[in-house]
Amino acid sequence: MKNQASSSQKTSKVGLISLFNRFISFEKGSTFLPPFSFGVWIFFLAGLIPSLIVGWIIYPMVLYSKQPQPMNFNHALHLNPEIVDGIEGDTETERCLSCHAFREDGTFAGIPKLDKCMECHDDPESPLGETPEEQEFLTKYVAEEREIPWLSYYRQPDCVYFSHIAHVKMGDQDCETCHGDHGKTEKLPAYKVNRMTGYSIDIWGRNIAGYKTNTWDRMKMDDCAECHTENDLEENNACFTCHK
Amino acid sequence: MEQKQGDTYRYGMVIDLDKCTGCGTCMIACAAENNVSVRPDQTDKERTITWMKLYKITNGKEFPNTEVSYFPRPCMHCEEDGRGHHQPSCVSVCVATATKLDHNTGIVSQIYTRCIGCRYCQAACPYGARYFNWWDTYFPKGKGLERYLSPEISPRMRGVVEKCTFCHHRLMRAKTQAYAEVRTDLEEHEYTTACAEACPVQAITFGDLNNPEHKVSQMIKSPYAFRLLERLNTKPKVYYISTKDWVRKLADNYLPGEFKPVTRATG
Repeated sequence: MKNQASSSQKTSKVGLISLFNRFISFEKGSTFLPPFSFGVWIFFLAGLIPSLIVGWIIYPMVLYSKQPQPMNFNHALHLNPEIVDGIEGDTETERCLSCHAFREDGTFAGIPKLDKCMECHDDPESPLGETPEEQEFLTKYVAEEREIPWLSYYRQPDCVYFSHIAHVKMGDQDCETCHGDHGKTEKLPAYKVNRMTGYSIDIWGRNIAGYKTNTWDRMKMDDCAECHTENDLEENNACFTCHK
Repeated sequence: MEQKQGDTYRYGMVIDLDKCTGCGTCMIACAAENNVSVRPDQTDKERTITWMKLYKITNGKEFPNTEVSYFPRPCMHCEEDGRGHHQPSCVSVCVATATKLDHNTGIVSQIYTRCIGCRYCQAACPYGARYFNWWDTYFPKGKGLERYLSPEISPRMRGVVEKCTFCHHRLMRAKTQAYAEVRTDLEEHEYTTACAEACPVQAITFGDLNNPEHKVSQMIKSPYAFRLLERLNTKPKVYYISTKDWVRKLADNYLPGEFKPVTRATG
């Protein structure tokens, strides 16, 4: 019985090999060619190229919905000491903090409220009202005492705790490290939000493949951990440091 | 966070059972503080979530010798799993690394977005301190409960395990305040849990067990101090104090004649 079983296994193995040999035998001068002809390649590429375009270009475009900010804000103009003299500070970070301030309890106030704008702009001689957008600011928000519904580019998911003061004050990090040259732009970029997750593209990363060239390209957990590890602050990679 | 070498915190809690009146304020304060979900039928105690749970224990004797004590039970934030490994038993069984013991604070974390809901930790926990979310977080509309939701706590989703975190967000809040005042060390009163703060008879004391100046590290030296199921060697950081022998006896499984009552009249 044993011998029979082993012999039947052998024949099946030999059968398989001969079948395989028949498929690769076209090298040995036979006229039989497997179906890899020119026409097949055309069809293959005709399927592959559009699917690559759909996957790498069209899908990322469809994935994010663009929402314009309620009005434009010129960061470069406000940070230019020749035009605006109310914003003081020795370093760039300090100048950012004069509007994007810390509260007394150390929490970060984020996008300034209308009160902050009015600290300088309540003066009737302030250079406002030249462009239609500035007119809109005065009539739509200041006159009605309505907050500007800014869209936040850097809103983290609900499960994330981030302490700005730990990084800016204790860690001596510049705003630019995570926020890039946002403070030098003249026009606010459109707010792009992921249709599926609801997160901003600045959190998820601009590159769909996950490549990152600057520190501010992405704000995911691995990016935080990468910086902590590089600066020998591995104890800050404990889960409850950033999660809540 | 700047810390001197070896200067780590070990936050812990001491609950004086002689003071506890069983009012249940700690349970309510905890649930309100931590966005703990409620159920339409809160009487179904197998499914409700109580990070801090109040047990009623009796000495089992007939009237007039009956004695009753109340026993609040948060997460014990164990330091070992009972077999000498420096991680609690819930951490060593977690397949998703969703729960971890932070050796800098001594707090056992629970990350809801990482949890896959296998409930191994729930089975491994000797204290029953972990709870499973059978439904999404629910707050009845129109009853005003949603107004109590705290933005410092992320609400839990269906299918994850949650537990007491020693009000970890309060530690972050205290740290942020300290950073604003350009210092890294925390005072004793700056970080305390919601249950300890709410307790009307101050039966719950919270502090750093590593700091000899903190009240908790002095209280645990009392001969009446004990821990729940201490002989499992899980090294919980929640201590209890009771002068009643039967309460201390109930806190562990003793063989007949094995329990030794405190004979010294100190503490």
